[in-house]
Amino acid sequence: MIQINSIYKSFEDKQVLKDINISFENGKTNLIIGQSGSGKTVLMKCIVGLLTPEEGQILYDGRDLLCMKKREKKALRREIGMIFQSAALFDSMSVLENVMFPLDMFSDDTYRDRVKRAQFCLDRVNLIEAQSKYPGEISGGMQKRVAIARAIALNPRYLFCDEPNSGLDPKTSLVIDALIHSITEEYNMTTIINTHDMNSVMGIGDKIDFIFEGCKEWEGTKADIFTSTNERLNDFIFASDLLKKVKVAENNAPKK
Amino acid sequence: MLFKKSLNTFGSYLVLMGKTFARPERMRNFFKQYVKELSQLGVDSIGIVLLISFFIGAVICIQIKLNIQSPWMPRFVTGYTTREIMLLEFSSSIMCLILAGKVGSNIASELGTMRVTQQIDALEIMGVNSASFLILPKITALVTMIPFLVTFSIAAGIIGAYATAWLGGVIKAEDLTYGLQYEFTEWFVWCGIIKSLFFAFIISSVSSFYGYSVEGGSIEVGKASTNAVVHSSILILFSDLILTQLLTK
Repeated sequence: MIQINSIYKSFEDKQVLKDINISFENGKTNLIIGQSGSGKTVLMKCIVGLLTPEEGQILYDGRDLLCMKKREKKALRREIGMIFQSAALFDSMSVLENVMFPLDMFSDDTYRDRVKRAQFCLDRVNLIEAQSKYPGEISGGMQKRVAIARAIALNPRYLFCDEPNSGLDPKTSLVIDALIHSITEEYNMTTIINTHDMNSVMGIGDKIDFIFEGCKEWEGTKADIFTSTNERLNDFIFASDLLKKVKVAENNAPKK
Repeated sequence: MLFKKSLNTFGSYLVLMGKTFARPERMRNFFKQYVKELSQLGVDSIGIVLLISFFIGAVICIQIKLNIQSPWMPRFVTGYTTREIMLLEFSSSIMCLILAGKVGSNIASELGTMRVTQQIDALEIMGVNSASFLILPKITALVTMIPFLVTFSIAAGIIGAYATAWLGGVIKAEDLTYGLQYEFTEWFVWCGIIKSLFFAFIISSVSSFYGYSVEGGSIEVGKASTNAVVHSSILILFSDLILTQLLTK
């Protein structure tokens, strides 16, 4: 479980995060949603330690990231897997080498075992046939799947995804969502996803936190969204006509 | 203002170097990267070093023959001057200025692109010291390869000078040989190599600094690449002045 207590972060004069309190539960897909520029990515960067907030606590199963020594931080980072918006695969390495990279750096297994583990991860994301290709030779969706395989190579306890569906078509987005969701349940990880993709919100959001202008505005499940009276959330979620119609239909449906 | 900015940049450079010269997490990965960089930064530069040195050696020989050689000068002066220019300045300093353009921009744009495509963030998230992993192999590889490049440059320059004798008939080969061997000081070869070691460090570390600290997108990567070449060149020229004073006393 990851607990965020009263996080504040600013850049020069601009306050980007204000008093954020969130808890992310184990074995669940936790979503952070919000408009572009609302502070989602800054929040995620603070949680993983790429940025340091001015105030607050970030507790990884009770261990405060901001009070950790360098060595403890390093050890914690080996429990973290991250999928970046751009996939962030290493261009000079093949798909297999990319997935093997964390194993090469931190595992004491033999070369054969490392290859086996990397191939297992690639097989898990259905990309075993692309193992010898380079990132530039595969599609955006495949790159995201390789990034997922690389993120799970070391069996992380915490998985972070920064807009994993950006730049993907709706069908491929569903595949990526389903993959992240099933991996989360399979390995009982704490998964946190930054997104503004409504398909992800409705599809895999076990718990959703809505960020508005650097403040946490709302939290709940995907079912709660339809009954929410929070205007800012409704403005954001039901910006499209299609979703507005879904909400009307959902609210008019007979109660069980 | 400019002074404060320069101090700030220098401080950031020192912090990055502190991070870079940490013990690599895995020596096997370091050596893998090191060998890759030896090939990319060193071996791949041999061609351009040979080509430029050959022609510059030939041109120096022709220019000296035309402009300095006279009935009042001994006939070996062309070979002697060509040798001294190649040994003392061209093969170490000027060649490193050329390498600052080729290797420096390569390093800065590679690291800059890795930064803007979040590959460096990915390394940090994994718990890898990205500066040590990416920059240390580049610095060690270029410092390892530079004495070979300097030696190849001297040899190619001298072959270039001989080409003017054999193919162009500008000078007699015997006069050139005599001039090249006249009062040969071995220390001058070492001077060139010692200077080039400093220059290799400047090229690789300064370019890495500019590439690693890119913020933004492709335009910033381009700017970082230009800054890397310009600042490396200025530092090479400045340190050349100091090193020449120190080494030829």
